[in-house]
Amino acid sequence: MAVITTGKRVQWTIIDVIVVVYALVPVLWTLSLSFKSKATIGDGSFIPKEWSFQSYLDIFKTDDFLLALVNSIGISLIATAIAVVLGTMAAYAIARLDFPGKTVLVGFSLLVAMFPQVSLVSPLFSIERSLALFDTWPGLILPYITFALPLAIYTLSAFFREIPWELEKAAKMDGATPGQAFRRVIAPLAAPGVFTTAILVFIFCWNDFLFAISLTATTRSRTVPAALQFFTGASQFEDPTGQICAAAVVITIPIVLFVLFFQRRIVAGLTSGAVKG
Amino acid sequence: MSQTIDTARPAHRAKAKPVLSEGKRAERRLGLLLCAPAAIVMLAVTGWPIIYSVWLSLQRYDLRFPGKQEFVGLANYGTVLSNGYWWTAFGTTALITVVSVVIELVLGMALALIMHRTLVGRGLVRTVSLIPYGIVTVVAAFSWKFAWTPSTGYLATLMGSDTAVLTQKLPALSAIVLAEVWKTTPFMALLLMAGLALVPDDLLKAASMDGAGAWQRFTRVMLPVMKPAILVALLFRTLDAFRIFDNIFILTGGSQGTGSVSMQTYDNLIRGLNLGIGSTMSVLIFIAVAVIAFVFIKVFGTAAPGSDSGRR
Repeated sequence: MAVITTGKRVQWTIIDVIVVVYALVPVLWTLSLSFKSKATIGDGSFIPKEWSFQSYLDIFKTDDFLLALVNSIGISLIATAIAVVLGTMAAYAIARLDFPGKTVLVGFSLLVAMFPQVSLVSPLFSIERSLALFDTWPGLILPYITFALPLAIYTLSAFFREIPWELEKAAKMDGATPGQAFRRVIAPLAAPGVFTTAILVFIFCWNDFLFAISLTATTRSRTVPAALQFFTGASQFEDPTGQICAAAVVITIPIVLFVLFFQRRIVAGLTSGAVKG
Repeated sequence: MSQTIDTARPAHRAKAKPVLSEGKRAERRLGLLLCAPAAIVMLAVTGWPIIYSVWLSLQRYDLRFPGKQEFVGLANYGTVLSNGYWWTAFGTTALITVVSVVIELVLGMALALIMHRTLVGRGLVRTVSLIPYGIVTVVAAFSWKFAWTPSTGYLATLMGSDTAVLTQKLPALSAIVLAEVWKTTPFMALLLMAGLALVPDDLLKAASMDGAGAWQRFTRVMLPVMKPAILVALLFRTLDAFRIFDNIFILTGGSQGTGSVSMQTYDNLIRGLNLGIGSTMSVLIFIAVAVIAFVFIKVFGTAAPGSDSGRR
């Protein structure tokens, strides 16, 4: 195992290249379309023959994209913050405390994780209209929190099980209440897991399309994934392809940054939450 | 749900029941307190609406004719279940689910093995394969759509630009499956990789000593050890694929019989404004998903993930 032959190295390099091409081609294609000039956008070539920033300038010309971007960022951040706080509390209790109803809660959040979201679209549409939540930020934040919670609870309770709990005991020995032990000792230790969970939850909220398109009607709360299809170009006769791609690139940037900087954590978070020995 | 919890807990509780110490009681109180907000939110946003949905499904309720709302019993179910479009959508959804999950399992296993074993660029491979997982589905769907658009797209150019792939049923379905597979294979691979990490190296070495070839080591040693991980990955991906919406919405808009059940529900609600029929479909999809989950958990014995979380 210690010696890696050149043949093996070449073999693995080829396989790696295949994986990289597989993963990046659709992304590079969107990037390429976003940089093509209006004259060459329909030429079918994978690499732009004429480079242009026009599409990027165009999407910021009107308020539509900017408002959608603000909605996306605001709604995703608020939903992530709330889901992570509630998830942390529940996961701590599940991983550490003995209380009646724990099994029920674990089973119930599993149910929510499997829940077909489209089944909620009709009733939520009706309920939110009568509560004046339709087409508002809270109207989207609520379902996002709900469906992010199982993810948060599973990932976090998996992380929490890895924490050296003797420290908690020591704190209790020194007279801390369970609540204090949670806040002062365990929370700082749990921060990396909480951070990873926040990334996963944010990606989930950022990605949503079904709720975004069913529970919004105007730029007041429409997020970018839902807004993309309303791009019509500067005039009615203009092809919006370039602008859609430019907007797509903009909302892909945070994902690429997360992946580049936190690859290890994301992999750990996704695998620990789902499968255990 | 989990044997370990069900059998271990009553004994545990019986021991604790007679006298609950002050600390024990405080612990219980704190546990309930910490879980309450999460439980309440999940219950309020899923439990109540699904019950409301059942009630709506028993009504004639068309927002275009709000005066005509009345209780019609199971008539909506009759309407939906005798409708050809519903069954086409159901068949399409089932087909897309089965085909894409099977392809994802094979590709995901290959990718998991690559991520687990590669000798060069392990970090690079892992980082890059997280991009399809993280990217917004709608963004990826637009990329595929433009790639298949005649004359604009590189794939259309590659295939000969006179055929519009997305306007014929079978090619369009293949394009949808391709988009779905591209997006979710890395997730499948990550779940499988977690299972792969559980395969003891010693066991593989021993098998190799005994003369097992690479394929035999894979089928006889690795697959059995990975079985729980594979089943969990399959369960999650099957349920997820059954809900397919984003890709179809962008790629074909559900034309040429490529609409899924989720698309049908959306169309009835938002475009048709028919809450009664929309809710009926919601309930039917809920039942279908429940059946799939039941089959996986009871028939295949998939261990529900997180079910061992009561272990201390």
